[in-house]
Amino acid sequence: MPKLTINGNEIEVDNGLTVLQACEIAGIEIPRFCYHERLSIAGNCRMCLVEMERAPKLIASCAMPVGEGMVIHTDNEKVRKARENVMELLLINHPLDCPICDQGGECDLQDQAMAYGGDKGRYSEEKRAVKEKDFGPIIRPFMTRCIHCTRCVRFTEEVAGTSDLCGTFRGDHTEIGTYVEGAVKTELAGNLVDLCPVGALTSKPYSYTARPWELKKTESVDVFDAVGTNIRVDSRGNEVMRVLPRLNEEVNEEWLADKGRYAIDGLKTQRLDRPYVRKDGKLTAASWDEAFAAIAKKLDGLDGSKFAAVAGDMVDAESMFALKLLAESLGSGNTDCRQDGAKYDPAIRASYLFNTTIEGIDEADACLIIGSNTRWEAPIINARLRKRYTKGGFKAALVGEAVDLTFGCEHLGETADILAAIAGGTHPFADVLKSAEKPMLILGQGALTRADSPAILEIAKQIADKYGLVSGEWNGFNVLHTAAARVGGLEMGFVPAKGGLDVAAVENGEAEVVYLLGADELNTSKLDKSFVIYQGHTGDAGAQCADVILPGAAYTEKDGMYVNTEGRMQYGFKAVFAPGEAKEDWTILRALSGVIGKTLPFDSIEQLRAKLAEVSPTFANPEEIQPAKWEDFGTKGDLEATALTSPIRNYYMTDPVSRVSKTMAECTEVLVNPQQRTGTNG
Amino acid sequence: MLSDKDRIFTNIYGLKDKSLKGAQSRGCWDGTKGILEKGRDWIIDEMKASGLRGRGGAGFSTGIKWSFMPKELGDRPHYLVINADEGEPGTCKDREIMRNDPYTLIEGALIASFAMQAHACYLYIRGEFVREAEALQAAVDACYEAKLIGPNNIHGWDFDFYVHRGAGAYVCGEETALIESLEGKKGQPRLKPPFPAGSGLYGCPTTVNNVESIAVAPEILRRGASWFAGIGRENNSGTKLYGISGHVERPCVVEDAMGITLRELLEKHCGGVIGGWDNLMAVIPGGSSVPVMNKEQCDTAIMDFDGLREHGSGLGTAAVIVMKKNTDIIKAISRLSDFYTHESCGQCTPCREGTGWLSRMMKRMVVGNATVEEIDLLEAVTRQIEGHTICALGDAAAWPVQGLIKHFRPEIEARIAAYNAAKNSAA
Repeated sequence: MPKLTINGNEIEVDNGLTVLQACEIAGIEIPRFCYHERLSIAGNCRMCLVEMERAPKLIASCAMPVGEGMVIHTDNEKVRKARENVMELLLINHPLDCPICDQGGECDLQDQAMAYGGDKGRYSEEKRAVKEKDFGPIIRPFMTRCIHCTRCVRFTEEVAGTSDLCGTFRGDHTEIGTYVEGAVKTELAGNLVDLCPVGALTSKPYSYTARPWELKKTESVDVFDAVGTNIRVDSRGNEVMRVLPRLNEEVNEEWLADKGRYAIDGLKTQRLDRPYVRKDGKLTAASWDEAFAAIAKKLDGLDGSKFAAVAGDMVDAESMFALKLLAESLGSGNTDCRQDGAKYDPAIRASYLFNTTIEGIDEADACLIIGSNTRWEAPIINARLRKRYTKGGFKAALVGEAVDLTFGCEHLGETADILAAIAGGTHPFADVLKSAEKPMLILGQGALTRADSPAILEIAKQIADKYGLVSGEWNGFNVLHTAAARVGGLEMGFVPAKGGLDVAAVENGEAEVVYLLGADELNTSKLDKSFVIYQGHTGDAGAQCADVILPGAAYTEKDGMYVNTEGRMQYGFKAVFAPGEAKEDWTILRALSGVIGKTLPFDSIEQLRAKLAEVSPTFANPEEIQPAKWEDFGTKGDLEATALTSPIRNYYMTDPVSRVSKTMAECTEVLVNPQQRTGTNG
Repeated sequence: MLSDKDRIFTNIYGLKDKSLKGAQSRGCWDGTKGILEKGRDWIIDEMKASGLRGRGGAGFSTGIKWSFMPKELGDRPHYLVINADEGEPGTCKDREIMRNDPYTLIEGALIASFAMQAHACYLYIRGEFVREAEALQAAVDACYEAKLIGPNNIHGWDFDFYVHRGAGAYVCGEETALIESLEGKKGQPRLKPPFPAGSGLYGCPTTVNNVESIAVAPEILRRGASWFAGIGRENNSGTKLYGISGHVERPCVVEDAMGITLRELLEKHCGGVIGGWDNLMAVIPGGSSVPVMNKEQCDTAIMDFDGLREHGSGLGTAAVIVMKKNTDIIKAISRLSDFYTHESCGQCTPCREGTGWLSRMMKRMVVGNATVEEIDLLEAVTRQIEGHTICALGDAAAWPVQGLIKHFRPEIEARIAAYNAAKNSAA
């Protein structure tokens, strides 16, 4: 523990810290542009210069490791002058276009120029300008504003692992760009906008739409995948303007995947903003009373076993629970939240949770990925795996489709028989797992939605047991979900009761009345004989086949609880009001229950949550993970010879919202199907 | 003047036999095995005692630099890297060594590598040096063939010598940028610490030495440290290759003792300044990055590290650029500013932005399109760059302009006055 003196005060800090970090601990702000705690140290902006006694020159505090007996001055004339000088140099080629720059108001350069800059410019020569560049549908670059801190270069190289960006040319001709002009090919591109300390990389969909000081900030949780990324919804009036990540070391660090950030423009199109009832085969606008009456009429005298409820992938836990209670009150055990028919054992928590936890990845030293394209199913978790990989001593392998996961991951093959070989000890990767101290495996939905999934589950369990994936505190068995609502549904038992209908049976038309709560991913082709109630916010497959449509609220329009793939419950808060006559989902179910004479036992969301907390401690303890007991699951069986593939065929379009998002459509066109563009396009 | 028997470079002009045999007949590779047998501690101590200061410009003791390498070989190999990216304007000494006298360099590389427990040496040669690289490679091949170097050589220390050609960036002469470039990356200086002796090429302990520093080592060890230390002044010992260019009768590269006076150097070897000593206006004594000296300073200047520092300049690479009277010194320095703007790697702010600012202002100073106050601004900008950068290129860009303002401010002011007068009369 070296002791150093900063501005006359002695402080003892951990070994291996830098002078800048030590200053921060001492409560002294050091201005910086290139330094970022999650990226490697570049030391190029020179804004963080401080004086170290006995050093001939000022030192870059971000790059200097602390040493015993160092004497640091951060606020004397020499240092102040140096900062002012560096600031002036940064500004000589920076355009004075703050009034039309999207970064204005949240710009590091602006803020630090105010705090540390001089009072006027002395530069009267010509300024540098950079030709407009194309970075794809997410980022709008204004490279004339670039101060060459290289945060973006380091991000793509280190975190995203795609090495899209680089500096070309030299001196003040240096330009940051893609080597060959084209889109930045990472699912984490939006983070570049956050990282950029100036307005060089701005958000294309958000550009020129709002100013930071006019936005209301609401904390929430991302629902476009099952990671549970902590987000902040910025809204103006009743419009969501943008979504930014919030810091949560245990989940997303400070990153957010592009779908969660940019699919929000889908919330403005195809919205169900009033109830509809099908009359003479046509959906006709109706009042709430009419819609409820139509449902009540249908349910009147219906045998409970003919009623089925399916919960979708983006719904909050409260409305799912309300629907479950409603189904129960009707005497129905036909509830299912697994639209894809995934075959984990809902009774055994360990069989469907990401038991290692996202933070636990940092400790793992071997990883077997089965039937998952983690890069598309959970970009944030993929980045965490990559982070672990770049630290070294981490062997990863993939069984399934050969995809580029951005980190060193050996492709073992496409079929499940490789798992049998690993379990049998005849495959070389078995030795890797055996010799690893903290091995883990990740089962993707691609491995769990097949006919032979119970057998795959059983083999995965065998591997876990045989190679010490579960020992003591460590549980290396993980299921990676893709649906934000899924684990919440499983935790509350939103699955068929004994003998109840599951999604496959519903798809088959076995239920007379089907209640779809935001469920659009199931096969609706045989539902024409069923009476379908669709409650949700966006017109998609479910609404199309519905007999009654009840307009609900999107995740930005209601308070809600979401349980991520680890089993971590987090709250999202209401940022804006739902459009038109749409209502928050639990209130719709509560109202409907009254109309049909099965009044649900709660009048407020607090009462509902209290009831839910009784079902599982998961819902009583926000932010916490209730560890799962390691029990037996899986069924021995034959493995199919078909390749394991990820269910996600296009990262940018996976749900009703992203399917109607213009930005996601552009991303699909540019990044997923680039070959479909022809010379006459656009 | 240095007597012929004290010369280290016996074929610097390429007038004698350039083959390995020819070099051996002049003493090269004589008793190398004996030197190695004396052990690495002896070699390093001897180098320290010789007082040899690095010939690449910074003038740090070569022996001490060698001693910074880890004493014990860890799990990472050690490397010797030789900096032959001779790009400093005015400098052309290493070129002559590689062209005409490469064997002493290869022998020195073996000895230095042995002293630092390196089995491989990478020589990074400037891209423009096409013939030099060919000549050097031919010499390396000959040494391999004669089993002087290579695996299982006659000296008993396995040693490989690789010649790597650069692509012509000045900044790759900075040792850490050179290492980056050698690794196949963009040539940009690294942050220090860590220093190369701890983590250099491929993260392994590395020493980077100038060509001349390595090339003189065998002769020092053969003749003894006291011989080398006996030449020149205290702390500035030995012989040195000087490269004299500009307004002298016969520009040349010549080996002479450290501590020779500038005047003697120019008059003995170069036939003097064109038009006589009194026609001298200024001298840049150590390559383009050291401050320029005026005539009064040149009268008394002693050509070694400390001697030139007394005059606010430096020995640098001992590349003497001579300018006679009627030289447009403002234009000359402006040209250097352009050079540094062009060669700045663009990594850190003060150099990237500051060099461009300097050269743009200097361009106006050349024609006089400026105000007198702007001379102070120019000076201030150089101070803004100096000492705030990752590598020394920022300082190198600042010093020539500082030297100009210090010694030739009246000329700049006169130029400005003339320009304004012409403008006013035209109006």
